[in-house]
Amino acid sequence: MAEMKDSFNEVTAEMLKVISDYDSVTGFQGAYNIRQDSMCAGRKNSENITIESKTDKPGINIRVKPGTKGETVYIPACVTHSDVDDLVYNDFFIGEGADVTIVAGCGVHSDGSETARHNGIHRFFLEKGAKVLYKEKHIGTGKGTGLRKIDPVTDAYLKGDSYLEMDTVQLRGVDRTTRSTSAVLDKGAKIVVRERIMTDGDEDAVTKFKVELNGEDCGADVVSRSVARGNSHQAFYSVIEGNARCTGHSACDAILADNGRVDAQPALNAANVDAALIHEAAIGKIAGDQIMKLCSLGLTREEAEEKIIEGFLK
Amino acid sequence: MLELQNLVWELPGGGSIINGVSCKLGSRLTVITGPNGGGKTSLAKLIAGVEKPTSGRILLDGEDITDLDITGRARLGVAYAFQQPVRFKGLTVRDLLELAAGKKLTADEQCGLLAKVGLCAEEYIDREMSAALSGGEAKRIEIATVLARGAKLSVFDEPEAGIDLWSFARLVETFEDIRSNTSGSLVIISHQERILSIADEIVVVADGKVRTAGPREEILPRLLKGEFTARCPAAFDVHGKAGECNG
Repeated sequence: MAEMKDSFNEVTAEMLKVISDYDSVTGFQGAYNIRQDSMCAGRKNSENITIESKTDKPGINIRVKPGTKGETVYIPACVTHSDVDDLVYNDFFIGEGADVTIVAGCGVHSDGSETARHNGIHRFFLEKGAKVLYKEKHIGTGKGTGLRKIDPVTDAYLKGDSYLEMDTVQLRGVDRTTRSTSAVLDKGAKIVVRERIMTDGDEDAVTKFKVELNGEDCGADVVSRSVARGNSHQAFYSVIEGNARCTGHSACDAILADNGRVDAQPALNAANVDAALIHEAAIGKIAGDQIMKLCSLGLTREEAEEKIIEGFLK
Repeated sequence: MLELQNLVWELPGGGSIINGVSCKLGSRLTVITGPNGGGKTSLAKLIAGVEKPTSGRILLDGEDITDLDITGRARLGVAYAFQQPVRFKGLTVRDLLELAAGKKLTADEQCGLLAKVGLCAEEYIDREMSAALSGGEAKRIEIATVLARGAKLSVFDEPEAGIDLWSFARLVETFEDIRSNTSGSLVIISHQERILSIADEIVVVADGKVRTAGPREEILPRLLKGEFTARCPAAFDVHGKAGECNG
């Protein structure tokens, strides 16, 4: 099945607007694959980007031709009711010198008492000099008591001088998430991770990063900003391994409110004398002088806190 | 017109910082000066609502604002430039200026505001107001957020601190410009002769009290003379005729 007509329900339609900036009039511009409740609900290829179903397991292969410039491919996945446990394997093959954006939002909606879960296993294979901006937004919706769970696993393999930027956002509504990301970098490759998470209520979010810096002059920059409110809990684990002359930086910055809890365990493993690795971590409530400053501009205390958090997670 | 009536501010553990200040700040540009530790910054914080006085009243255009919090005073038209600019991870210069102005700003408006503090909007408008900015840059942006408010009363706590000489000259021009082109009044806490020299009125605060107050023409020469005889302007009423500020 190379292409099929779009056919998705209203819950998906609403979620697409949030997770992948879907315009209900013009649709997606470029190649896309819409996954709804473990089925394909729409697909289109472009001249340079092809999407095909896997034959041995659920999921798709996304192939970007070498040298493709400036294209965007959308691969949203939605779970629209409870009692769905979606498991999908998506592999991205990015040709040499290509420069593309991948938008991979995920929404889970629960209206019943059973769990709604999406588990996306992604592998990225970046050829030499390839450049990818990967944008991912996660949301949970619906009033059901069933848990909304998203457990993404991402493994990236970066060949010489390739570049992967992962921009991931999860703001409220996802009850449980465990995100595992690993990357292996060759000579001159770079990975940049910008993660933003906000949890509230009884939500729990765990993120694990493991980056192996194996090639000369490769580098990693992993920055996580998080806000834990209500009775929610978050954990951030990162391991950066420097096995060559390389640069690695990770930062975990967390704001606590109410009874929120955050654990941060950053690890740096250096196995080369020229591996320059740095970690920063800061956890605390919103600084009083920040609230005071915004109040002096006419905001109430509550408005000030919202603004500060909104900016922090922007 | 801002009126302070017998303002007292004591620390919770005892010891008083402001010991009964009564004063009318009615001119377009009032400079509060005096020795370090004399209570100038505390007075500014009491006016802005950052701190609450132990006793005494604060009136803005005849309205008692003593019990209003910082937000309430801001909404009535009090603006306050912090001596130490507050840093934010994530909020940009644009965010702060637009919050201050209470509206979206056009490119021309952004440019106009930042030019007044010697910054180029194109270069700064989308920068985070974070620790990545230098002390001087942050200070200028702090001042710009107060200018953006177009407030009835703007209080600047040592605006010159951390600003280089060239930008400082520009800043003095900016204060003069505000005085002549807007209807709001300015209260500036400063030690700088250049700023004192553009004041309409000068209030000297020392030991938590108003030592003297009056028109610049009257106060400034004595302050300068005092510098020669005793470095501390608080002492100058020994040498000159002390003015009383009775409110």
